[in-house]
Amino acid sequence: MSTSTVTPPTRGSRFTAAAANYLDERTSISGAVKELGRKIFPDHWSFMLGEVALYSFVVILLSGTFLTFFFDPSMTEVYYDGEYLPLSGIHMSVAYHSSLDLSFEIRGGLLMRQVHHWAALLFVASIGLHMLRVFFTGAFRKPREINWVIGFVLFVLAMAEGFTGYSLPDDLLSGNGLRIIDGMLKGLPVVGVWISYFLFGGEFPGVEVIPRLYVLHIMLLPAILIVTLALHMVLLIVNKHTQFAGPGRTNENVVGVPILPHFAAKAGGFFFLVFGVIMLIASFFTINPIWNYGPYDPSPVSAGTQPDWYIGFADGALRLAPPNWDVHVFGYTLPFGILVPMIALVGLLVVVAIYPFLEAWITGDKREHHIADRPRNAPTRTAIGAAGVTFYAVMWAAASSDIMATHFMLTMEGVIHTLQALLFVGPVIAFIVTKRICLGLQKKDREIALHGFESGRIVRMPGGAYIEVHEQLDDYERWRLVSFNDYAPLMIRPNAKGRITAGQRMRAALSRWFFEDRIVPPTKGEIEHAKEHGHH
Amino acid sequence: MAKNPRARTAKKTGRRHPLAAVALIVIGLLSTGGAYAAFSSTATADETGVVSQSTIEEGEKLFAANCATCHGAALQGTQAGPSLHGVGAASVDFQVGTGRMPMAFDGAQAERKPVQFTDEQIEAMAAYVASISPGPAIPDEEYLTGDSDAANGAELFRINCAMCHNVAGAGGALTEGKFAPPLGGVAPEHIYEAMVTGPQNMPVFNDMNLSPADKADIISYLTYVDDNSSPGGFELGSLGPVAEGLFIWIFGLGAVIAITVWLTAKAN
Amino acid sequence: MSQHDDEATGSAVEAHAPREVSIGTAIAPTDAVENPGMPPHRERVTDLDPRKDRQMSRRVVALFLFSILASAFAIFAYFFWPIDVSVEGFGTIRQNNMFIGIGLAFALLAIGTGIVLWGKNLMSGEEFVEQRHGTRGTDEVRAKVVKIFDDANKESGFGRRKLIRNTLFGAIAAWPLPAIFLFRDLAPAAEPHELLRHTMWEKGVRLVRDPDGTPIRAADVTIGSAFHVIPDNLGEAEHLLDAKAKAVVLLMRLNPAELNEREDRKDWSYDGIVAYSKICTHVGCPVALYEQHTHHLLCPCHQSQFDVANHAAVIFGPAARPLPQLPIEVDGEGYLVAKSDFTEPVGPSFWERER
Repeated sequence: MSTSTVTPPTRGSRFTAAAANYLDERTSISGAVKELGRKIFPDHWSFMLGEVALYSFVVILLSGTFLTFFFDPSMTEVYYDGEYLPLSGIHMSVAYHSSLDLSFEIRGGLLMRQVHHWAALLFVASIGLHMLRVFFTGAFRKPREINWVIGFVLFVLAMAEGFTGYSLPDDLLSGNGLRIIDGMLKGLPVVGVWISYFLFGGEFPGVEVIPRLYVLHIMLLPAILIVTLALHMVLLIVNKHTQFAGPGRTNENVVGVPILPHFAAKAGGFFFLVFGVIMLIASFFTINPIWNYGPYDPSPVSAGTQPDWYIGFADGALRLAPPNWDVHVFGYTLPFGILVPMIALVGLLVVVAIYPFLEAWITGDKREHHIADRPRNAPTRTAIGAAGVTFYAVMWAAASSDIMATHFMLTMEGVIHTLQALLFVGPVIAFIVTKRICLGLQKKDREIALHGFESGRIVRMPGGAYIEVHEQLDDYERWRLVSFNDYAPLMIRPNAKGRITAGQRMRAALSRWFFEDRIVPPTKGEIEHAKEHGHH
Repeated sequence: MAKNPRARTAKKTGRRHPLAAVALIVIGLLSTGGAYAAFSSTATADETGVVSQSTIEEGEKLFAANCATCHGAALQGTQAGPSLHGVGAASVDFQVGTGRMPMAFDGAQAERKPVQFTDEQIEAMAAYVASISPGPAIPDEEYLTGDSDAANGAELFRINCAMCHNVAGAGGALTEGKFAPPLGGVAPEHIYEAMVTGPQNMPVFNDMNLSPADKADIISYLTYVDDNSSPGGFELGSLGPVAEGLFIWIFGLGAVIAITVWLTAKAN
Repeated sequence: MSQHDDEATGSAVEAHAPREVSIGTAIAPTDAVENPGMPPHRERVTDLDPRKDRQMSRRVVALFLFSILASAFAIFAYFFWPIDVSVEGFGTIRQNNMFIGIGLAFALLAIGTGIVLWGKNLMSGEEFVEQRHGTRGTDEVRAKVVKIFDDANKESGFGRRKLIRNTLFGAIAAWPLPAIFLFRDLAPAAEPHELLRHTMWEKGVRLVRDPDGTPIRAADVTIGSAFHVIPDNLGEAEHLLDAKAKAVVLLMRLNPAELNEREDRKDWSYDGIVAYSKICTHVGCPVALYEQHTHHLLCPCHQSQFDVANHAAVIFGPAARPLPQLPIEVDGEGYLVAKSDFTEPVGPSFWERER
């Protein structure tokens, strides 16, 4: 951080130098700045999605802190004496009352509540999209498997933060959401009733759950989230960012702009832009109008009772179970209608969490990978991703089955039955179609790399024949198309003891499934050969 | 209140009935009849309150021309439509006054559509139906003002109505393609009449269940919701988290991605 | 094109001679296309034309000034559009929300746009190349680390003094156990599943309207009606909402001819009037969407459907059991009363339910 320049130092730079010196003599921060200050970040729009999540989280922390000054999670019962006429004199908890007051009686309070809630929706959405980007570009491969798992934990924590947060106002909608959680917990074998009993501090709804969720929401979960986030960032710096294949980019370098100043300007400006977009949405669009829902009461319920979008897949999974599915074992009850959807959800999440290790085991590739794949160049992975997205999307859609029925003039039974079928058929179709599309695109890439692209210009040859002129790519453009990893299916070989293990067999089968259909990247020889032909 | 087995029409599912074309022709004929009746009706009742004999006769003519095909010449009902004995003037005013009757096609349930008769004609038909067999009357003005206890109305609405019509009256789905309609902009008398008569599959809320004052409170709540837009801004259809989720994915994330593309694009 | 110079020890060697690791089933290309290297640098208009550069810097300054104005507007809005529901009406909240929000949003967007324009157009647009080093430490460093652990092991006797080590592990493993017991008191002592078997209903308790608590005569319940009902003694409950959460009931009257009743439940209804628990047997939402002609009850949360004409049997959706029926009769004054509590636990299935 020295400012040794040829020109004589100005007053400003003298001050900066003195301040830097003061800090460095006490923190030895110069080392860190030297390491990080000119670190290079590659530029691609999809690399910014994680930042969207980070910035919405900052917005959540800022607006959430404001809300804690006015929100009171107490379940003490009071009568409403505030400004909202349709609730005046209604019996409610202090939690709900203070949520109404901070919306209606604090200037800017409703704005902060809406900023907080909209930012929360954007937070989870951007994490989801960020994970999809990482998955489809293979950016989870060595050395980033651990950071993938950390990111996955962040995703789960974000959902937990969301659920505990929107339950706090103790309104009718969130109360019914908690009741659904209570019902699901009670369905767990052996310990279900006890877990529900502990969570609610007795019978549902009790007077304990809102204060407990509040502590989780503003203390425990954010603390874990911040620590996990810090780990995520540290590993990001240690591993450096991936980059897409391009001229001059190799697996051994990073090409891009330095943190100081260029990347810091973009990322810093982006924070304000994300915050601004959230603020703009919050000033014009209502979110979670708790005054409409009324205080929680176990008797009423509203049509269209749904959770926030990120819990939707769980709600939808519950809706897709068939009727009358309690199973009795030795006089004990196993509610399969609840358990099977829960197993499906947990199963999906586990597969997401461990996928990097699975793929690493199948390929056996121990190299570090810093070049992000184009999704088409890993057809089976991309197809698996598409199948997973479809599975999730079907459950997600099921959570709005009633709204689809009314808005598209369908029967809700028809919607549910269709989604039940799609839950099984959809991922298979998505897998096959996506894989075919990827292979098709790869074939086209290869064709273009070898023979150029059709220019649309028809030329008459001296002999009278007509041909379309193919425009050749330059070396830079071609490089993007031809540089990708190629894998062959695993051959089963006996191990040192001359045996073939079951694990080996399975790995070989999976490897075949992954890499049987593949398009080989064109070689230098092929390109030169094609060029000669092209030129006649 | 007598049996009101409109169930027969309601039970049919499928959105397009094979007989839809036939039904359309019948409706065409019926509405032509209605138009004819509208032009030919020169004398309408002048008195309000007391229904004159001439109004009832006028109503009888209109009924014979427009309703008797399905509901029977003597209100006894047919294969195509339920008996109207005991449904009262309130039911006629609701069904015809919201355009649900005459039915456009034989769907899951009769839907709100442009009203086909003048107020005088509806009044006449209501008077005629009520004169044959008594039933719930058209509500008194005093219950329809919308300025009574909205808080009580809101609580009653949440307990008795919100599970089908949604807490903000945005409507909701029922079984087999039926639905509880949105309540925004519905006239107070029609809300009242719906509660007393239980149209389609809606349960009946008689005066022993919800007193006329309770009904007036519910109307006051719905009037309040109609008159006061959300303090938070646009309501996204009052559909709750599904609409909010779609909004953030399409517009929120859409805007942010547009920004990222601009941000990472090389400057000229 | 400038190479970002990297002075980290060992990295230069690493970059040129990466450690050999297994490539698994990957195919090592023999005749791969060569990386053509960095394409030529393209200058921006602001690099080439000083006028454009000045224009851009003016634009950035204007944006920052606009942001200051927008922030000032937000403060102005705070005072100019106060919340005044009692005098000016509910719309004042909307105005307050919207105008403060607009001020803040444009202040933020202008700062963001300004910084990004500065970064993209006025800061150096050069791309840099930085070498990566393998993530693993160098062999030399790793050897040192191994030695540190070896020394630590020798000096502490961690590997040698097995008894000390293992008893330490045991002690650390046992230490959190008391915490589990501390959490036991998250809920008061009782057998929770026993609580799920009883509600406030008992013989002779009147069915009263929710929420005003007025009793209901059988004659009040006309065919096609649906009453939302709570027990008359609900006020006596220790925790009102806990009791209500189990006791809410939906009362309906059907044409007796359409009501199909089991022999053992013939006397549970009264002249076509039936009472069913409103708590869904799936996960506990209130099931209250009653269709008076189809006699179907629909749960708005997960779309389970119950046929009231047929013992509230599940006909669609994920619910596993019919809704529990509350046996009712009419007391001396003509009011509807319960004949007993529910004969089975209401609400969702749980492990001990059938015990």
